[in-house]
Amino acid sequence: MPVDAVLESLASEFGPLETSVFRDQTRIVVPEPRSFAVFQFLKDRGFDLLVDVSCVDYLEYRGAKQRYGLVYLLAMTTTNQRLTVRVFVDDPEPTVRSVVPLWEAANWLEREVWDLFGIRFAGHPDLRRLVMPEQFTAHPLRKDYPLQGRGERHNFPVLTREDG
Amino acid sequence: MAIGKPQSLELPENVVVSKLDELASWCRKNSLWPMPFATACCGIELMATGASKHDLARFGAEVFRFSPRQCDLMIVAGRVVMKMLPVLQRIWLQMHEPKWCISMGACASTGGVFDTYAVVQGIDRFIPVDMYVPGCPPRPEQLIQAIIDLQDKIQREGTITGREFDTAERQLRKRALVEQLDILTTDASRNPVIQRELTDGLQLARTGGHG
Repeated sequence: MPVDAVLESLASEFGPLETSVFRDQTRIVVPEPRSFAVFQFLKDRGFDLLVDVSCVDYLEYRGAKQRYGLVYLLAMTTTNQRLTVRVFVDDPEPTVRSVVPLWEAANWLEREVWDLFGIRFAGHPDLRRLVMPEQFTAHPLRKDYPLQGRGERHNFPVLTREDG
Repeated sequence: MAIGKPQSLELPENVVVSKLDELASWCRKNSLWPMPFATACCGIELMATGASKHDLARFGAEVFRFSPRQCDLMIVAGRVVMKMLPVLQRIWLQMHEPKWCISMGACASTGGVFDTYAVVQGIDRFIPVDMYVPGCPPRPEQLIQAIIDLQDKIQREGTITGREFDTAERQLRKRALVEQLDILTTDASRNPVIQRELTDGLQLARTGGHG
């Protein structure tokens, strides 16, 4: 089923969604409460591959209404068509339904987003940090986190020659 | 037996007399076994140093071992992030003494251009370092020079019991130096410039350069 047909049936099922096209790539914006239903619908219509889950922090970005924009890249392996789905969430406690029940690939991708942006994925089977050390407390890719950190990089014991 | 006349001792041609410390240091410096802690592009230069063109074997340091139990020279080549640092420290502790460390390249020595939350700003903050190699990445010749310099260092101050690693004794020596300088300043010159230089130097010696 081509992307346009999927989008039409999506609009008839969920009402009009914000849609745009950039360089032949179709993007839709889905409101957060209905995101899981939309993803379920898209998967049933043939989007069998989740390529990536990413996030953008729109803090102090002109025209931004909500702080975090999640980006889901979907693909149909049968027709080689792609679709970008965006879900916006906001402080405090930015939370979105996990899509791990739909695509197993989302497991580590969502863990990475949780690690670096602090977005909670409700229903994720194992929401631990992926990239940063376990003891790390901040979410360093947020725009309000200082580039040089808060001293975490120097918080280690110092070994001397006497320690062996 | 003649009194007051030293007994002459003829040595055979193939016998050399030396000190045990120097013999041990000579053996150690010519058989450094490096532990390649290569985390970034410096590691490529490290491999080039070990390969045939630059041929680290000329200096007896070609036996790269991937087990810290078999190594006595750690070459940290590349940036070390905060998740890697506990690993680095653990490997350092697992190496047998006597052991030395070369910090290869700008990133290992200072963090380099990676002044971010995750990158350690110089491994010498957390483990002892003997030689620093500048460069981004350094040429193999620079690393070879560092190994030659380290060999000189081992030969110069090495002891068979490893007394040179005894930091407490080093501290004592440093303190003795400071006290000598104190005497110098008391009857030192009335020249205000020299006076100031001496006090600055003393301050530096007291704080160990971190003041």
